Amino acid sequence: MMDAALLRVEELHVSYNTPTGLVQAVKGVSFELGREKLGIVGESGSGKSQTGRAILGLTAPGGEVRARRIEFEGTDLLHADRRTMRHIRGAGISMIMQDPKYSLNPVMTVGKQIEEAFLVHSKDSKREAYRRTLEMLRAVKIREPDRVYRAYPHEVSGGMGQRIMIAMMMIPEPSIIIADEPTSALDVTVQLQVLAVLDDMISERGMGLIFISHDLNLIASFCDRILIMYGGQVMEECNAAELHRARHPYTRGLLDCLPRLGGSQHELSVLRRDPAWLETRGETS
Amino acid sequence: MIDIQGLDVVFGHGNKAFHAVRNVSLAVEKGQSFGLVGESGSGKTTVLRALAGLLDRVAAVSGVMTVAGETLQQQRSQAFRRHVQMVFQDPYGSLHPRHTVDTILSEPARVHKLDRIEERVVAALEEVGLNASFRFRYPHQISGGQRQRVSVARALITDPDIVLLDEPTSALDVSVQAEVLNLLMRLKREHGLTYVLVSHNLAVVAHVCETLSVMQNGGIVETMSVQQLREHSSTMPYTRQLMTASLGYDRGAIDAFEEFGQ
Amino acid sequence: MTTLTLRGWLLAEVPRSKGQARCQRVFISWLAFKRNPVAVIGLLIIASLVMVALLAPWLTSTEALELNLAKRLQPPGGEHWFGTDELGRDILDRIIWGSRITLYIVGLVSIIVVPIGLVIGVVAGYIGGWVDNFLMRLTDIFLAFPRLILAMALVAALGPGLENAVLAIALTTWSPFARIARAEALTIRNSDFILAARMQGVSTAGILTRHVAPLCMSSVIVRLTLDMAGIILTAAGLGFLGLGAQPPTPEWGAMISLGRQYLIDQWWVPTMPGIAILVVSLGFNLLGDGLRDVFDPKSGGNQ
Repeated sequence: MMDAALLRVEELHVSYNTPTGLVQAVKGVSFELGREKLGIVGESGSGKSQTGRAILGLTAPGGEVRARRIEFEGTDLLHADRRTMRHIRGAGISMIMQDPKYSLNPVMTVGKQIEEAFLVHSKDSKREAYRRTLEMLRAVKIREPDRVYRAYPHEVSGGMGQRIMIAMMMIPEPSIIIADEPTSALDVTVQLQVLAVLDDMISERGMGLIFISHDLNLIASFCDRILIMYGGQVMEECNAAELHRARHPYTRGLLDCLPRLGGSQHELSVLRRDPAWLETRGETS
Repeated sequence: MIDIQGLDVVFGHGNKAFHAVRNVSLAVEKGQSFGLVGESGSGKTTVLRALAGLLDRVAAVSGVMTVAGETLQQQRSQAFRRHVQMVFQDPYGSLHPRHTVDTILSEPARVHKLDRIEERVVAALEEVGLNASFRFRYPHQISGGQRQRVSVARALITDPDIVLLDEPTSALDVSVQAEVLNLLMRLKREHGLTYVLVSHNLAVVAHVCETLSVMQNGGIVETMSVQQLREHSSTMPYTRQLMTASLGYDRGAIDAFEEFGQ
Repeated sequence: MTTLTLRGWLLAEVPRSKGQARCQRVFISWLAFKRNPVAVIGLLIIASLVMVALLAPWLTSTEALELNLAKRLQPPGGEHWFGTDELGRDILDRIIWGSRITLYIVGLVSIIVVPIGLVIGVVAGYIGGWVDNFLMRLTDIFLAFPRLILAMALVAALGPGLENAVLAIALTTWSPFARIARAEALTIRNSDFILAARMQGVSTAGILTRHVAPLCMSSVIVRLTLDMAGIILTAAGLGFLGLGAQPPTPEWGAMISLGRQYLIDQWWVPTMPGIAILVVSLGFNLLGDGLRDVFDPKSGGNQ
């Protein structure tokens, strides 16, 4: 599964200077991503989204990113200049956000937006862009690509909107997709259908995916490998298929407190947080 | 305890009319928990709000609703308001941002002219596992789970018989969800409450309820016991698909998903 | 936990009474406000205006306000910092006394405008339907007139004078407040906490006064502060046109009006009150901007 690492992140720290003091959102996260589906799971405030954003240099103003290394296909992202970063965003790594409503331009047709995403990173003609856009819309299993091409974002449903986002992010042919809760706003069946589209495209094109979500169940069934984050740190890393054998008490706690369809109406076990989980392991730079 | 016959809810008029709930009938026994499951737009929340009497200005509601033997009129009585309470989905939106926890909790007591308001407030806080130090804080000073506990406490102040739960845990982290679900289960046991729970999460409904209805496009697809749901004995394809989907991602199963009637 | 200092009491993690919780809220807003230097300048300007108005009798000498034709039209200098006017009165002293009139106008207009605007806006926004239509058309009518012209018409009908000018300004100023309050009420009425209040059986009047109106208040206050400059200018405008305060009242606009014939040779006569109007208007605008930042739910919420 993991031939060569596409992305290497070592000792990533993200901190914010707030009026109430320094807040450390991410504290020394390291991982590698190959041509695989890597899930990052955690509760709110675990730093999972901050990790995804820091890789693309999209940390909010006021935030400071430090790391020993963030390397994408041999390029050092930590010290990359703006032009390199702009090229990498989109053509190298792209990001799918939670709500397509905020990520699509409301006054531009869907087709034009996808075309634009293609033309930014390519010197091909408009005609080629149009052809590729329709091909892409078909690839994300949109039934009437011609109609959707001419539609405005408000005219499409949530599931369709997220497929359009996927088409838009895939068209410059990046090698990594970072998806931050891409389907959390969708109904469960639609969510799975959108994920299936994403899954197929990723395996066909041999890309890497970082899938960020709070949904342990979903990540375990969708991804190959999982990082479990808590308090800005990686608590545990495991293969998705072996999640049920996870050993860290935090992971166990998360697994146990989920109500299950097959379970009984007994008291759910409650997660007891141990401050010792948050002790940094002496690797801070 | 609750009996709904032929409930119809229509938003808007004429061409723009939207039939959100069609001919829904259901019955809930005293002390039972009844679940309404469905995807967004299925009308489950609308049924709950129609029962709560929160739609009178925005929609045309027809059908016969009886609660504790009282046939509900368009305008709900103060007795109904006292005995039927509700917990909302969004713990950030359901508490007034400029009111302290104390103000939030004492308001229902004052509206229903109850005595010993202070005692009730402190007792309700204790009941939901918050100590008195929370009493004079504002909602933005406490966490999401604590806010949802305050919402539950507010629903308990007037000693209701029925609590309507609108996705009470879907905005919470799973560890907090477990705490709130445990709290709801304990309160139900101790106070003999009757719950109507609306959720998109089959596992949550199965955990809390004894009976459930699956809704789709404004109508009830199927009503069954949670036992039947667990045994996968549903015959309706829509319910079966929801079951499959709630088990997690399974590439093979997804291609078999159908679009159900628009 | 003992609360030894006031600051400790104000920032205590666990407030122990309703009063403490309220004071804390105000104090935390103040901390946010303090971080904006421009807003603090605005506040200082307005605070000094109030101080000057309060201390007017001690800051001025009585004879300076009397006619003294021997000293007429003296330029700014050691004895008369801002010079004297065409009747030999000290301009600085007149500006100091005029600050009382400015505050009187501002205060009276606010007292009239805020309740009217708030009530109309909140009722229209929350109740909706034909009530909303009726109230908003009424508001539109008042919005459609240029403020100064409508105020002039009213003063012309009621007769010139300070009170009538205030009344006229108030009648022409409330409509934007109704609009703002309505817009706020429209977003608030669909929120879950309003549904929760209805669920508890709170009456419509209770919801309007305890739940909706307090949330509209902050944007109304911000708008009021930002509008103050306009109100002062309208009052000055009416004064300038001879429709507001009558001489010898040292109203700033009237002072400019009387001094305008000396603009070329004795520039200080109309300029000094003009600067006073400018500074005070600026002060209110800066304060308003600062308040908006504090009240903005996006910045004031968390932490």
